[in-house]
Amino acid sequence: MNEKVLSRQFDLPHLHKIDVYLENGGYEAVRKALRLRPEEIVEEVKKASLRGRGGAGFPAGIKWSFVPRVDKPKYLCVNADEGEPGTFKDRYIMSHNPHLLIEGIIITSYAVGIHLAFIYIRGEYEKIAQRLEKAIEEARNKGFLGRNILGTGFDLEVVVHRGAGAYICGEETALLESLEGKRGHPRLKPPFPASVGLFQMPTVINNVETVANVPLIILNGADWFLSLGQPKDGGTRLFSVSGMVERPGVYELPVGTPLRKIIFDYAGGVKNGRKLKAVIPGGMSAPILLPEEIDVPMDCESVMKRGSMLGSAAIIVIDETVPIIEVLSKVTKFYSHESCGQCTPCRIGTSWIHKIVKRMASGQGRKDDLKEIERLASQIKGRTLCPLGDAAALPILAIVNKFRAELEAMLPQ
Amino acid sequence: MSAPVFEVIRKEIEAILPRYPRKEAALLPALHIVQRKLGFIPPEGEKLVAQLLEIKPVRVREVVTFYTMFTRKPLGKYHLQVCSNLSCSLAGGESILKYLEEKLGIKAGETTPDGRFTLSTVECLGACDQSPCLMVNDDLYGQLDRAKVDELLATLE
Repeated sequence: MNEKVLSRQFDLPHLHKIDVYLENGGYEAVRKALRLRPEEIVEEVKKASLRGRGGAGFPAGIKWSFVPRVDKPKYLCVNADEGEPGTFKDRYIMSHNPHLLIEGIIITSYAVGIHLAFIYIRGEYEKIAQRLEKAIEEARNKGFLGRNILGTGFDLEVVVHRGAGAYICGEETALLESLEGKRGHPRLKPPFPASVGLFQMPTVINNVETVANVPLIILNGADWFLSLGQPKDGGTRLFSVSGMVERPGVYELPVGTPLRKIIFDYAGGVKNGRKLKAVIPGGMSAPILLPEEIDVPMDCESVMKRGSMLGSAAIIVIDETVPIIEVLSKVTKFYSHESCGQCTPCRIGTSWIHKIVKRMASGQGRKDDLKEIERLASQIKGRTLCPLGDAAALPILAIVNKFRAELEAMLPQ
Repeated sequence: MSAPVFEVIRKEIEAILPRYPRKEAALLPALHIVQRKLGFIPPEGEKLVAQLLEIKPVRVREVVTFYTMFTRKPLGKYHLQVCSNLSCSLAGGESILKYLEEKLGIKAGETTPDGRFTLSTVECLGACDQSPCLMVNDDLYGQLDRAKVDELLATLE
């Protein structure tokens, strides 16, 4: 069964060029959307249960409806700061089909009443940023961007804005700070960006994959979209599968596809026929799962019930040959490096834990090290402004809990 | 620092300012322009950016020092950035790093004396299906092994 929807045309040569895109039905969704009333689009996307594809899984249509219908500037920020370790699906979308994203941006902006949109893309994706800029220019030349789009009176400009290597800027309020020309320090919420966002104006922030789904919903309808996925979680997801599998890559599958099926049926199973040891199901921030836990359907709620999260749907597969301390030290190194430094528990806690883990890895562990890691991680959890604190603490606690015996064996008795 | 290059930088920054609702929003792209033209961000570059964006130089400095991609010291002609995150290290990324350190005779974080190569480790580059991977300036190279590293280095003169 061919479940590809969003990525169904990605194999077409030169799809990133507007002429090829137009020959294959491109910008039909924009033409249709601009004939609808903005509220109709918001309702349709709400009905489709399109949940955010960046990590938090918040329903996009509801987010849009929080934006007040006031007469002041409003902004759209497309989050293309793909930095969650294990995630590479937005790279895949933007490099294969930049015009699909631009269509989504036009429809989203029209629905919310926005005339200036930013694509905040991580600086390392320079080549993809250039491709987006080229596509924007092409779209403008064809009358899909700029003033009076397709004669409807609707104006929209899109700016590609490059980040500069800070994971935290994928957090939506840090992204706003960064886009205002500041350090990426997250803001206290509320107020939420929908009411007070970029330069204090109402702002919508959506992930690339979320926005790229909007044209499909407009063309095919909310009922169709819902029928692909789950009742409260519509559509498909682009699963980034990496680590020790036979066929790493992006797999577009219905929301709710079981994790086991993705790893074994689609990605070819564990490399070299080895045994599975653990799986990270939703990017590095998602608590690790054991082999007996992978029959979970990959939708937001099911994975949460299993004690982890779907996050960015990035699956990292770890086989039996890998000492768990190696996984743990990669997790602690990452968060100690990426903590923005604003909240003390996260700034101090992540680097303190990493220090302990390094000492354990070098055979210098102390008797109470695991207890100390748990104490520190528990003090980060729930005590920071932004979700990075929990994103660091929860995976660390899960690894310690699920692999306690292996880790304890490294310590003096 | 020669004045003509600063004139080019000034023109490029002025050209992007109208895209933004406020000038200070152009800080990251302005710093990218400085770094592209000069290879790094010297104090004179910070001052020029501050002047064009009408903010204090210290505001520029605090941003330069926050973001990993900005550098205040010159880098080699080729900046090799090796991913050190989980998927790449599961695929042998650490041995790629070690091999590069041996071949170039430097450690991660250092530049070769001839100024050709800077070697760095970075966090996830968003290309885990091609692990282990690295970037050379703006270009990504994946599915590396020792032979591919040899091949790659031979193309970088």
